Amino acid sequence: MAFIEVENLTHKYHPGTSQEFVALDKVNLSIAAGEFVAVLGTNGSGKSTLARHLNGLLLPTEGRCLVDGLDTCKAQDLWQIRQQIGMVFQNPDNQLIAAVVEDDVAFGPENLGVEPQEIRRRVKEALAAVHMTKFRTYAPHLLSGGQKQRIAIAGALAMHTRCLVLDEPTAMLDPQGREEVMRTVQRLHDAQGITIVYITHFMEEAAQADRLVVMDAGKVVADGKPQELFADAGAMKKRGLDVPVAAEVSWRLRQKGIELPADIVTDEELLKALEAYTCQSN
Amino acid sequence: MLSNITLGQFFPGDSVLHRLDPRVKILLLLVYLIEVFVFSHPLAYAVLTVVTFLLILLSGVPMRMMLRSLKPLWWIILFTFLIHLFSNPGTPLVRVWIFTMTWEGVQKGFFLSLRLVLLILASSLLTFTTSPLKLTDALESLLSPFRRFGLPAHELAMMMTIALRFIPTLIAETDKIMKAQQSRGVDFSHGNVLTRLRNMVPILVPLFLSAFRRADELALAMEARCYRGGVGRTQMKALQLLSIDYAAVAVFILLTAGLAAIQIMA
Amino acid sequence: MSIELKQVSYTYMPKTPFERQALREVSLTIAEGSFTAIAGHTGSGKSTLVQHLNGLLTPTSGQVLVDGIDLADSSKAGREQARRARQQVGMVFQYPEQQLFEETIAADVAFGPQNQGLSGEALMQRVREAMELVELDYDKYKDRSPFQLSGGQKRRAAIAGVLAMQPRYLVLDEPTAGLDPCGREALIRTICTLKKKWELTIVFISHSMEDIARLADSVIIMKQGELAMQAAPAEVFAQDDLLQAAGLKKPHILALLQKLQAAGIPVRAEALTIEDGVQAIREVLARAK
Repeated sequence: MAFIEVENLTHKYHPGTSQEFVALDKVNLSIAAGEFVAVLGTNGSGKSTLARHLNGLLLPTEGRCLVDGLDTCKAQDLWQIRQQIGMVFQNPDNQLIAAVVEDDVAFGPENLGVEPQEIRRRVKEALAAVHMTKFRTYAPHLLSGGQKQRIAIAGALAMHTRCLVLDEPTAMLDPQGREEVMRTVQRLHDAQGITIVYITHFMEEAAQADRLVVMDAGKVVADGKPQELFADAGAMKKRGLDVPVAAEVSWRLRQKGIELPADIVTDEELLKALEAYTCQSN
Repeated sequence: MLSNITLGQFFPGDSVLHRLDPRVKILLLLVYLIEVFVFSHPLAYAVLTVVTFLLILLSGVPMRMMLRSLKPLWWIILFTFLIHLFSNPGTPLVRVWIFTMTWEGVQKGFFLSLRLVLLILASSLLTFTTSPLKLTDALESLLSPFRRFGLPAHELAMMMTIALRFIPTLIAETDKIMKAQQSRGVDFSHGNVLTRLRNMVPILVPLFLSAFRRADELALAMEARCYRGGVGRTQMKALQLLSIDYAAVAVFILLTAGLAAIQIMA
Repeated sequence: MSIELKQVSYTYMPKTPFERQALREVSLTIAEGSFTAIAGHTGSGKSTLVQHLNGLLTPTSGQVLVDGIDLADSSKAGREQARRARQQVGMVFQYPEQQLFEETIAADVAFGPQNQGLSGEALMQRVREAMELVELDYDKYKDRSPFQLSGGQKRRAAIAGVLAMQPRYLVLDEPTAGLDPCGREALIRTICTLKKKWELTIVFISHSMEDIARLADSVIIMKQGELAMQAAPAEVFAQDDLLQAAGLKKPHILALLQKLQAAGIPVRAEALTIEDGVQAIREVLARAK
């Protein structure tokens, strides 16, 4: 069984009332340990609702959600699930709890009842992993948005999380902050093998994932490698999404009858393809 | 900018007083306050005054800042002095209209005012040398024995921590909302009280809504990080008494014994 | 007619330990009818700069003139004139939906013009007009609570609240922040319509060089509280050193074309939009045939 198994998951907000709203509609999804999955979709497509099921912040109306074989519906397993699945939210201001950076990173392990000596060690390690050691005694409101998000990531790492679920972590950041967060996530995935579920509206970020999951109106409507999904820029745009610049350029060139490979996502790939194309025609 | 206002009156430093366990500081302050009231002999007052000023010197907090903490209460001190000056029977010194100033009055007024000054200085010394965060930790620890009587010690401390964390954020937000509504033609600086109160609505409503939204998101974030109340929780910075704390308590006991001796001999 | 800044400097909390100079001798002109973008790193002084445009902040030294009128004029004769000049400049803050507070959308949009002294039929007319400008149907939405709207609609309602005051200059601080690609596009279309149909002068802060490249006709680059440059987009994005020093990137398509050029593909590296970029590549490929 995969690390995360979402089976036939349906979630209704305000069920049985006039405001009933089906946010997730029979979603099936499995994510293997060590994967880097980006989740795309317009606002209201159900991405955040899905994310919040992964660590039991929301519980299924129907179906179930398993993490490492544990069911999020079983109250006694919930804490073990939340320890394994760390969560980073959109607003950097609303997820740091303590008035000092290192105290905030310690919050998770403190809740888990870890020994003080061990907490210190973990806090040190987690701050080093997000390159924020030198800010350990700062007050969070003095940090930039990108730095706050890295502290939030460190808070999850200190719980010895195996998977990070990031719900639009860069939506409120400037380009520099976005880059900091993305680089940190990328590094944790590569160096520590942490499973990443990354929700974003920024296609250049999504392009760095191993796998894309596209949601629309509560359903998973596409699931595949970035190269496969970005190949059809037209279909992505119809869903209200974008594609990376290189993918869009090559798609438009292909539309004009220029024969380029369909799996171009990065600038380098486009460059190589164009070089090959010009050589071949000469 | 509103956001630069500092909280409380913590004066960062590394003096002995800064390093003492905050619980010890709070308890010693309480005992000290009682002593200031109990020991009324002039010599005891002299000792207490000298000790207080020595502690201020030791703390490294500039005297100017310490004296500033007296400012809000200056009138009460003066009032206390004047009342006693004129209301005590004894050897008359000066007579003003129907009031008589007595020698006993001068003495009593002086000592009672001094008592107030010492109270304020000692209390300020605590807040000057202890960060609000450490005070919170200390309160949680000191109040925890009362948990069995239903006092939510951990919850109170958690609320204080969150308040300390979010006050700067909310101040910055207030600043922004004020400017946004100002841009829509609200004038905060003119008009009578009623108009001004009404002008607060466009600020308070968005501010409350945003605070609720923040609270909601923060609760989610705390749950996601396995928060489930104080039970089974550990603390990274658990307070621990060190030798310096025992030394401080010992010195204080000696001081108290000395003061008691003065009081009894006299 | 224009907004003119003359050697504007601004210091936060002067004469305190927190003193910080946010603007240094900034002189620039925002011409009426222009579509001006302001770009700069976080902390470069962008936000402080725009808060001077409608008098929210008064320069520590220097002058801000709107249509020739000094916003800080506090003389008896000039005060009323300065107040009216300030109202010519509408300000839409970041995440403006956070300033909504009334029970109905119409009441919230009416708040600004009411403060200007409007009432009755004239007020209603203003509200209707402003809501239609941002594509919120008046009859459908007027009695709804602003808090029932979607994120994008809330933002439109908040912008309507500023437009209802009928400014001639509209300043927007990162208007598309936090929206999904679809919402971003829709809002940008609305802003373009405002510009074209209502002849509003638009000033917007943006981190998206793509948006700046395709929308603006004038770009202001701020760097550490100083004006680094004010020029047309093509000119600004040709200045590699300056962009780098200001911590900014160029539009991705331009960078892509330059990479192709550097690799020996003889493509014209000037395009600022995807369309132009694709065109340039097609030209090269056609020549190669």
